[in-house]
Amino acid sequence: MPEKSAGTLADSTPVAPKISMPRRPAGTLYRGREGMWSWVLHRITGVAIYFFLLVHILDTALVRVSPAAYNAVIDTYKTPIMGLGETALVAAIGLHALNGLRIILIDFSSWGTRHQKLMFWIVIGLWVVLLAGFVPRQFMHIFGAH
Amino acid sequence: MSVIEAPRSPGVRTARKRRVNWEKWGWIYMRVSGVILVVLIFGHLFVNLVAGEGVNAIDFAFVAGKLADPFWIVWDTLLLWLALIHGSNGIRTIINDYANNAIVRRILLGAVLVSTIVLLTLGTLVIYTFDPCPAGAPADLLPSFCPVP
Repeated sequence: MPEKSAGTLADSTPVAPKISMPRRPAGTLYRGREGMWSWVLHRITGVAIYFFLLVHILDTALVRVSPAAYNAVIDTYKTPIMGLGETALVAAIGLHALNGLRIILIDFSSWGTRHQKLMFWIVIGLWVVLLAGFVPRQFMHIFGAH
Repeated sequence: MSVIEAPRSPGVRTARKRRVNWEKWGWIYMRVSGVILVVLIFGHLFVNLVAGEGVNAIDFAFVAGKLADPFWIVWDTLLLWLALIHGSNGIRTIINDYANNAIVRRILLGAVLVSTIVLLTLGTLVIYTFDPCPAGAPADLLPSFCPVP
């Protein structure tokens, strides 16, 4: 921990900075690391969830048309293929939600920015736990006998 | 020769009209709605996909049973408004990031705005004009609390 104040820095012997020139001009300390990948994943999952939401509002609106119309459409949703898509949707929502909470902690806490990398891996860990709970149950529903 | 005012001098402040900082409120909205949506969406997913028979239990009778309950009416209304506006504002950010052509950008932003207004109107009307026991529908498709004709 640096405990020297700025005033005492002038007295100490100068130390060469440990940051070296990036090999490629495009490379920065940020790019390609946890910070970038969490940002990429947040965008991709966000767009995917958005387009599902548009369709989901429309399919649910069919309850206002007739019971038969709603049931006909929702039955196409109970197939194994759609069940797998649903699993991917829940995975996307889980990651977006957990990383969103990480973003909030980075923005509003005094320590968030310092621990953003650790928090990314905590997000991944919680996400794996979440899916470990959901996926077996979901597969039971979509592949199991009923 | 024009004079550049020192930053934060009184002249600079009063020269510009104080306007609502929409970008700031959009930024705050994403975080506030995000926290609420974590609760609303995980609750929604648990009740619809995990509890009981999961997705297999979802049909008209299931949805009608939920939408006959004021608790789920409030839940679904909040979900509709918070999630759709959260999503549309996120897509707006992405369009602003990647659509460099001004005309393309305006078309895309206009499409997002129109679809958001249409879907909010449609969804709200569906929730509040919904009849769980529509007349003339086959009784086996309706929730069990509907009067038998």
